[in-house]
Amino acid sequence: MKLEEICSALNGTVVCGGDKAHREVTHAFASDLMSDVLTVTCNNLLLITGLANMQTIRTAEMSDIECILFVRNKSVTPEMKTLAEELGMTLITCPLTMFRASGELYRAGIKPLF
Amino acid sequence: MTFEYKVQGGDFTHAGYASSQVKKMLKQLGVDSVVIKRVVVCLYEAEVNIVAHARDGIISIVLDTDTILMKLTDNGPGIANIEQAMQKGYSTASPEVREMGFGAGMGLPNISANADRFLITSEPGTGTALEITINLNSAAV
Repeated sequence: MKLEEICSALNGTVVCGGDKAHREVTHAFASDLMSDVLTVTCNNLLLITGLANMQTIRTAEMSDIECILFVRNKSVTPEMKTLAEELGMTLITCPLTMFRASGELYRAGIKPLF
Repeated sequence: MTFEYKVQGGDFTHAGYASSQVKKMLKQLGVDSVVIKRVVVCLYEAEVNIVAHARDGIISIVLDTDTILMKLTDNGPGIANIEQAMQKGYSTASPEVREMGFGAGMGLPNISANADRFLITSEPGTGTALEITINLNSAAV
């Protein structure tokens, strides 16, 4: 599923990395716990999280995750956006809860890791 | 090659900078991506631990053709019971650290799971030292 399709399905907004919105993701992982994210080994992964701070971006960097979906209208700070742009990431925000966003994406064919 | 980074306790804005620099360097050197991920997961968890628990700390990286050795020393409160600290789920992290997405007692177990060699020594009231070694030429743990 392309990132732009994900954004559209969740009534989301692309915060940065819109030029890479044609990227395909096949799997998603939803967590607010960054140590959990660091255990994940998968390419083409979308991180779904309600945790919006610099460590979310850093954790994604360490985990080779290029796309993050922030749920519940979480704000992306200018520092987060700058770092994400430097790293070539796409950040999306959406108003849905993590449960609802995960459910919609699962129904659309995005696969879980386990 | 040897590199050194200073880490400031409590500075979550810059936590991960050293790990990011090491990741870039290993990519430039053409190290296997699976190995790079194991290195940076270890280093990032350890770097965040310094930020979360210590006043400050030093990361030194010793890189040769076969291995990367990461030494991290801090002047934090130290760990009284290392065996207990190594158990999944055990944590003494503050609520502020938990708000940053850490402090669930997974850091040291994550390091142990990804390292080829992992040594931890600590003296309560003085600080903690980690030595993490990863072979650069084998992807498997």
